[in-house]
Amino acid sequence: MDRDPCPRVLYGADVENGILELRGISKFFPGVRALNRVDFDLYPGEVHCLVGENGAGKSTLIKIITGVYQPDEGEILYQGQKVVFANPMVASRYQIAAVYQQPASFPHLTVTENIFLGHPLIHPKSKRLLWPAMWERARELLRSLGSDLSPTAVVGTLSVAQQQMVEIAKALSIHARILIMDEPTAALTRRETEDLYAIVRKLRAQGTAIIFISHRFEDIYEIADRVTVLRDGKSVGTWKIVEIGEQDLIRAMVGREITQLFPKAQVTPGKELLRVEKLSRIGFFRDISFSLRAGEIVGLSGLVGSGRTEVAQAIFGIAPADEGKIFVEGKEVTIKSPLDAIRNGIGYLPEDRLHQGLFFPMSISDNITIAILDDIAPSGWLQPEREHEVASRMLELLKIKAPTIFHPVSSLSGGNQQKVVVAKLLAARLRILIMDEPTQGVDVGAKAAIHQIMSDLAKEGLGILMISSEMPEILGMSDRILVMHEGRISGEFSRGEATQEKLLEAAVNVERSRKREVNISG
Amino acid sequence: MVSRSSSPTVVLRLRGFRELGIIIFIVLISLVIGARNPRFLTWGNLHDMLLDTAILSILAVGMMLVLVTGGIDLSAESGLALTGMVAGMVIKAHPHLSPLFMLFLGLGLGSLLGALTGVIVAWGRVLPIIATLSMMYVYRGITFIISGGKWINAYEMPDSFKEMATGRLLGFSNLITIALLVYLVFYYFIYHTRTGREIYAVGSNLEAARIIGIDTTFITWLVYTLSGALYGLSGVMWVARYASAQNDTATGFVMTIVAACVLGGVSITGGVGSLFGVLLGSVTIGIINNALPMVRISPFWKMALQGIIILVAVMVNILITQSVERAQRRRRNEEI
Repeated sequence: MDRDPCPRVLYGADVENGILELRGISKFFPGVRALNRVDFDLYPGEVHCLVGENGAGKSTLIKIITGVYQPDEGEILYQGQKVVFANPMVASRYQIAAVYQQPASFPHLTVTENIFLGHPLIHPKSKRLLWPAMWERARELLRSLGSDLSPTAVVGTLSVAQQQMVEIAKALSIHARILIMDEPTAALTRRETEDLYAIVRKLRAQGTAIIFISHRFEDIYEIADRVTVLRDGKSVGTWKIVEIGEQDLIRAMVGREITQLFPKAQVTPGKELLRVEKLSRIGFFRDISFSLRAGEIVGLSGLVGSGRTEVAQAIFGIAPADEGKIFVEGKEVTIKSPLDAIRNGIGYLPEDRLHQGLFFPMSISDNITIAILDDIAPSGWLQPEREHEVASRMLELLKIKAPTIFHPVSSLSGGNQQKVVVAKLLAARLRILIMDEPTQGVDVGAKAAIHQIMSDLAKEGLGILMISSEMPEILGMSDRILVMHEGRISGEFSRGEATQEKLLEAAVNVERSRKREVNISG
Repeated sequence: MVSRSSSPTVVLRLRGFRELGIIIFIVLISLVIGARNPRFLTWGNLHDMLLDTAILSILAVGMMLVLVTGGIDLSAESGLALTGMVAGMVIKAHPHLSPLFMLFLGLGLGSLLGALTGVIVAWGRVLPIIATLSMMYVYRGITFIISGGKWINAYEMPDSFKEMATGRLLGFSNLITIALLVYLVFYYFIYHTRTGREIYAVGSNLEAARIIGIDTTFITWLVYTLSGALYGLSGVMWVARYASAQNDTATGFVMTIVAACVLGGVSITGGVGSLFGVLLGSVTIGIINNALPMVRISPFWKMALQGIIILVAVMVNILITQSVERAQRRRRNEEI
């Protein structure tokens, strides 16, 4: 690996006059160091790719550049001058704009209204809005991007690609000198992606500095001039793209010591509990087939947005699949709602605990027992003693820090709230558990406790399908690992053969991007 | 982990401060008014006040259940009028029918009306405020249609029916006894059955409720049906109490019901509300209605004062909630 953080020769870029430089930026969140002395620089007329695994700190870095977060350490230089981006308005005054994967636009407003929101054209004297002038300007901006969208179209009726176009036009309307694109190609078709590349190249040629975040190696090798790799909040290095190969890039992204110990005990897998065959949901995932046996933990790996959660939600009936079959203990079942899934012995720990897991005004006890009211109230009448017994047992088991089981969940800290969701699922005593990021955001102690419980449950003969973005967790806890890439299973590994490199290779699907390169050159 | 010694008081402080606040308010206003007009605190007047509150307090229970799921039932007032009109017409045609039968007739007819509204909200997925606003007009319209625009008057009703309101049991008016029975039944339903628990779950997090397998559509339908049963019951009581069934009975009354719930601490956004709070909220409104004229406050002022009192109560509640939450955050930080 050649390390050359400060390249002298760069295609087209104005390397003499850097536009943005971050020096030693750190950002702390309660219990986490999201960024750790990160250095980053950017020149006009370059596309600088930012890569890293889920949770490496990319989003936090972007939020610091756009003024959403303030760094706790370090300084930001804009054209060599020290600056403070106190809020997003200040950042936009420095002509910094961002375009997101799912554009955060205003769906009920028109294209023109979206573009000029925050900086409308106003008559200097009467202060009235100059609509005709704005429509004309919007049309010009869109045409310069090769789009003939109507300035009066309602944004909510447009495709994702068109909405991104509007966002880019908005960036142009403030004459953006720094344009941040956060996974812009993730929701686009191949054709739309090509169009986007063309726009990015055009903006680069006009001297715009572009920060491009992408999980897709296709994007990176297609469009980047330089690439910076983040890992666990630290900058691993910056390379010119021509100087770093795919294998080295992957190694830079994962090269992490596995220090935590995970206690998944060896269990001889029993009979098959769950099997899915050729499960598909249009636009989300295709041809997903796998099985889960008693005593097994199967890890579902892949990058955020690869369709892992959607597969889990299809099996649990939240968003049922369009095609394919689901078998529980050998029998084919129809799962159209969570109720169907629960009746078949399947439980689900949602990733979004806040919106899908907790009943905030209700007490800890009520939350833990709400899914097992069949046990607590066999005849329809609640039995408080049994309820409190279960809740107290869970409180002790998971070491939930709460004054009493009668306190509302809203009075707990975030980590303890998550433990309550886990407790609710464990109390339900199901055969098949689907756990989406079971330890996300919980502290180390709770994490170990949850892993221990998962291992114990497997030993008791349950089957667990675990989605996790954390490599050590996936590697340590899973008997088998499935990796997803863009809605398909791109790799399957046994516990013995899996390594961080292999998983990431399958997750970014190096083979496919390599094939594509061959196609292009041939 | 669980320190049992401190639990009940802490929880009471957290959960019960709203109720306690209303009790203090009720005692204060009663003392002030009692000092200015001693007749206010006589047994006779207090009983009359409770009698006026009985029907409101029953309606508030149904409304609370709907509010707890995050909905609202604006059709309650005209559903009440329609059941009342039907009851009046039935008793006019068949004077020998027993009052008890009439009450069950009200319960049954109201349940049907509520179930219809519930179907529109739960399966039709129409926003509650829109669905029940529409049904409010529909039920009112049907009231006019079936009555041909005419009233049922006192002389057209048998005494046995009117005695439902005037008769007494153990010194309490029958209407008050009925209200107490409703509260007893719903206390068990809300706090001691799984369905009661599930209503709160649906209101505090619909998505999560669905994920743990609660039939959220059924629960949504159920609360409108229960609301219907209670306004049906109230409709019969109303006609007996005022000894007339009119087409415009209870017009605008739905806002008083909602006000009683809000005063009692029910959250309009769902998930929060207690039976005891709703009872206190209803009594407070009863006191305001009864007491202000006794201290010779003009009826023109009554409504404005009622609004101000609700506003103050809710604002005080927000302030207290915020300070409790601040205290909780401080405690959490100390733990960490």
